[in-house]
Amino acid sequence: MDMWNILEYAAWALSVLFAALMLVDLARVDSTYDNDLLTSSREGEIEATQERHQI
Amino acid sequence: MANVTSTAAAPERLQLLRVLGPGHVWALGVGIVLVGEYMGWNFAIGKGGMIAGLVACWVAGLLYTCVAMIDSEVTSTVAAAGGQYAQAKHIVGPLMAFNVGLFLVMAYTMLEAGNAITIGFLLDTVAGMQGHSGLNQQPFIILAVMFLAWLNYRGVLATLTFNFVITAIAFLAIIILFLVVQFGGSNVPLDFSAVAEEPLPYGWVGIIASIHFGLWYYLGIEGTCQAAEEVRSPSRSLPYGTMAGIMTLLIAATLTWYVCSGLIPWEYLGQAGTPLFDAARVTGSTGLMVLLFIGTIFSTLASANGCINDASRAWFSMGRDRYLPIWFGAVHPVYRTPYRSIVFLVPIALIFALGAPLDQVVTFSILSGLLGYTFMSFNMVMFRRKWPLETIKRGYVHPFHPLPAIVLLVLCATAYIAVFLGYGTQLIAMMCFYIVASLWFHFWRYRFVRRGDQFTMPWPRPQGY
Repeated sequence: MDMWNILEYAAWALSVLFAALMLVDLARVDSTYDNDLLTSSREGEIEATQERHQI
Repeated sequence: MANVTSTAAAPERLQLLRVLGPGHVWALGVGIVLVGEYMGWNFAIGKGGMIAGLVACWVAGLLYTCVAMIDSEVTSTVAAAGGQYAQAKHIVGPLMAFNVGLFLVMAYTMLEAGNAITIGFLLDTVAGMQGHSGLNQQPFIILAVMFLAWLNYRGVLATLTFNFVITAIAFLAIIILFLVVQFGGSNVPLDFSAVAEEPLPYGWVGIIASIHFGLWYYLGIEGTCQAAEEVRSPSRSLPYGTMAGIMTLLIAATLTWYVCSGLIPWEYLGQAGTPLFDAARVTGSTGLMVLLFIGTIFSTLASANGCINDASRAWFSMGRDRYLPIWFGAVHPVYRTPYRSIVFLVPIALIFALGAPLDQVVTFSILSGLLGYTFMSFNMVMFRRKWPLETIKRGYVHPFHPLPAIVLLVLCATAYIAVFLGYGTQLIAMMCFYIVASLWFHFWRYRFVRRGDQFTMPWPRPQGY
């Protein structure tokens, strides 16, 4: 087994790790917070307060 | 809970985090594109010779300068995630917006897949040079996508700061290669004799055909718009970042053509997989070889990173407006990123990265991009007509209107012909896909959209309405 074989296994392991980090966190957030809050973002917040584009 | 927007009158809301500056916008735009200097553009030379490659470089540069100017004006006024999608929604209408949103997601997801394929190919090449044949590219392709998706998931500031660093190194690598070659540091001198001996080996049609690949020099600079909802000052940062980005790319593209065309015979250059790296090998300098290899890897990673950022913002915006299920319109309560959209697009990118050939993937990306640029030309005319300069304040006003819009439309038409010459079937298949998607949206999905909520800009009533 040369270095590239080891790197292949390392790449598989890291891929699984990053996928797990995202999926576990996604499941944790979705089960902890109310979906209405998570989807409460609205477009145009800065226009409503700071940049109203008035001449 | 951190960073939740609320007032006495309004309920709590999660918004994307406004932490970016002009440098991050530059890193997003140039980061997506710079890989096109490291590979792909040179097929333009294969299609039409050295002169055709240079004409393609500058004609495509003109096309994208128009794109950057138009985008800077409209996006500095419509500062919303989704970029051109939000522009289309406010200026043209919902069906156009749905299509533009799909163009964006397809263009960036396909480009991300293409970049992941390239990373696998590059590592396979290095492994081969070290005597290890038959490297399994799949784990490296998957790791590249997973790592960058995780980085995007964790926060936009770290993501685009990382992009800034690796993009700057990749750009400096091109400058250093040019300086070393120009000041005699190469074993092989620059040779442009083919310009005089074989100026247009395939005639004028070669110039038309080469424009398809000339787009690679700049494809994706319009992605700066996707950061609109996360920059601290959209009206300032977006025009600065976008215009600095297109200037950087015009310099990088011209230097790339100059160095590669001078060092590598055009017959070889037209088929090379990694032209800048090959040019560094021709110089005989080990240091330059290492530097340009690092530049190639960094530019590829930066492109994939920016593509994940942009595709997820476009998908998130469409979800938030209920053009897609609202589930996609969620913001992470801590990292303040569109985390569900980021995760959802990962397997789609992987399916194309692991199952489709590179040229098909990139062609689908280019076609989706072209459709978006065509939209921009008449979007700009409609924007100025409905809201003239004296009605709303812009962060940037582009000069010579409507000339850039007309030039952009003419160049897009030329590029369609160029793409049709080489990939006519894909062009027709792509059009069929968007027609079917439009029918689905018009006859089914639009009933779920809250029609009044989707128009958010505090603009006066458009002229003529």
